Amino acid sequence: MLPSSPQVEKARVKDLNFYYGSVHILKNISLTIGEKQVTAVIGPSGCGKTTYLRCFNRMHDLYPGNRYEGEVILHPDYVNILSPTVDPIEIRMRISMVFQKPNPFPKSIFENVAYGLRVRGWTDRAVLDEKVEQALRRAVLWEEVKDRLTHPALTLSGGQQQRLCIARALATEPEILLFDEPTSALDPTATARIEELILDLKTQVTIIIVTHNMQQAARVSDFTAFLYLGELVEFNKTDKMFTAPSNRLTEDYITGRFG
Amino acid sequence: MRLQSAIARNRFVDSLFAILGLLAMLVGLVTLLALFLGLALDGWSRLTWRFFTSYPSRFPVEAGILSAWVGTTTVMFVTALTAVPIGVGAAVYLEEYAPKNWLTDLIEINIANLAGVPSIVYGLLALGLLVYQLHLGQSILTAGLTLALLILPIVVTSAREAIRSVPNSIREAAHALGATKWQTVKDHVLPYATGGILTGLIIALSRAIGESAPLITIGALSFIAFLPHPPWQPEFPYLSFQWLLDPFTVMPIQMFNWVSRPQEEFHTNAAAAGLVLLGMTLAMNGLAIFIRARFRKQIKW
Repeated sequence: MLPSSPQVEKARVKDLNFYYGSVHILKNISLTIGEKQVTAVIGPSGCGKTTYLRCFNRMHDLYPGNRYEGEVILHPDYVNILSPTVDPIEIRMRISMVFQKPNPFPKSIFENVAYGLRVRGWTDRAVLDEKVEQALRRAVLWEEVKDRLTHPALTLSGGQQQRLCIARALATEPEILLFDEPTSALDPTATARIEELILDLKTQVTIIIVTHNMQQAARVSDFTAFLYLGELVEFNKTDKMFTAPSNRLTEDYITGRFG
Repeated sequence: MRLQSAIARNRFVDSLFAILGLLAMLVGLVTLLALFLGLALDGWSRLTWRFFTSYPSRFPVEAGILSAWVGTTTVMFVTALTAVPIGVGAAVYLEEYAPKNWLTDLIEINIANLAGVPSIVYGLLALGLLVYQLHLGQSILTAGLTLALLILPIVVTSAREAIRSVPNSIREAAHALGATKWQTVKDHVLPYATGGILTGLIIALSRAIGESAPLITIGALSFIAFLPHPPWQPEFPYLSFQWLLDPFTVMPIQMFNWVSRPQEEFHTNAAAAGLVLLGMTLAMNGLAIFIRARFRKQIKW
């Protein structure tokens, strides 16, 4: 029998509830994120998948009126990401994020990738050069931009911009990489390259990806969580989820009966 | 048939409105052009090099605007240097840091109201506070600070607009990399908003450059035949700030002084000074347009 939970844990979500004002958005979510695996979060629009993802780097702290309940325990040091005593900036330095629309800074390609390092106080040019190149290589963008690192990032194509954002997130060597529908603004070719890249990266880093595209979840992920109206309906190995879902609602969703 | 006549009537009203609109626009434009032409015809003959390098005089042909344009330039310099840090600081606080509650709303409404306070009221405030309480004298410094207070609401409002035009996705990108609020503001929000902030500042300054009422209130001289101290000195530390406390006059006051004289020749001088002031304002607005275009080319969201 296939294990329905990852064997090596990177994070464990325990009874996560999230409130926006008085609206209860996420309801009692518990699951385990596997180390160096891709966990996909799927579900129809408004099911709370992006809200869920943004709990992992405490993005909700940027806006007033939000409240977390429950725990997200990050391994190996068992720190509770959601604890008010934990500095969200420290969490964001360990867990990076790639957004729905490519959002490079209107600066040079180099400065985009170097920014996370600069925030951490790196100033040595040689170190920055090396780490920027390494990140761009990992994001499979180096060959395309190595001769124009000083050019504005906004001159790149949409797909290249998104890979630049991935390089920017990778430069600081995060433990978990969060993807929030990273291909929803891209054409099919650029999408294919990003998916390839995600498969590449999962040997090095733990990945959580939110997607509204079920095929994408099936292609890139090891585990899939299906969220519906803020509740976790099913969490399972991806192959199992898409061939023999154990829940009727999951089956209806992945076969396209609703959503 | 009834349909066609209805359409014809609608068309007629349509073209009638177009003509009325055109006339309304021409009233403004033609008046402005006539004013400008009148000024140019009157003053053109006086616009010589000597006009710019001479002090005012009892003899209209020898009188010039040296002390006035130096005064205007130095006062504007102090105004800009004061209004930028305070205005931008307030705008950053209101946009990025302030909690959204009734107190913030109240402050916002009051800033909008301050922009409508008559300039002479600022003059009275400056006279009471800067001249009598702080003993800054009837100086360039007092004038610069007064005009800075006057344009502060405009600077704050336009800087807030510029800051707001930076998309939130940029702030989130910076925060997601572990940046603090201040790092996000100084590395991203402010640099990307600079074009809008500068444009707003220059437009505010071109309002301040024509102000005379608040400066008369604080005691600007209307006849001044010497320049402020130079901003340098031969001994260490080489920079001198003595000029800040010197008395001054500005272009609009010089103009008013000449207009109020009985001799016709002085009126010509006033027209020439008016042309110079108009040129200064147009140059500043041109600079604002240039800066805006430049930054737009660099940053497209």
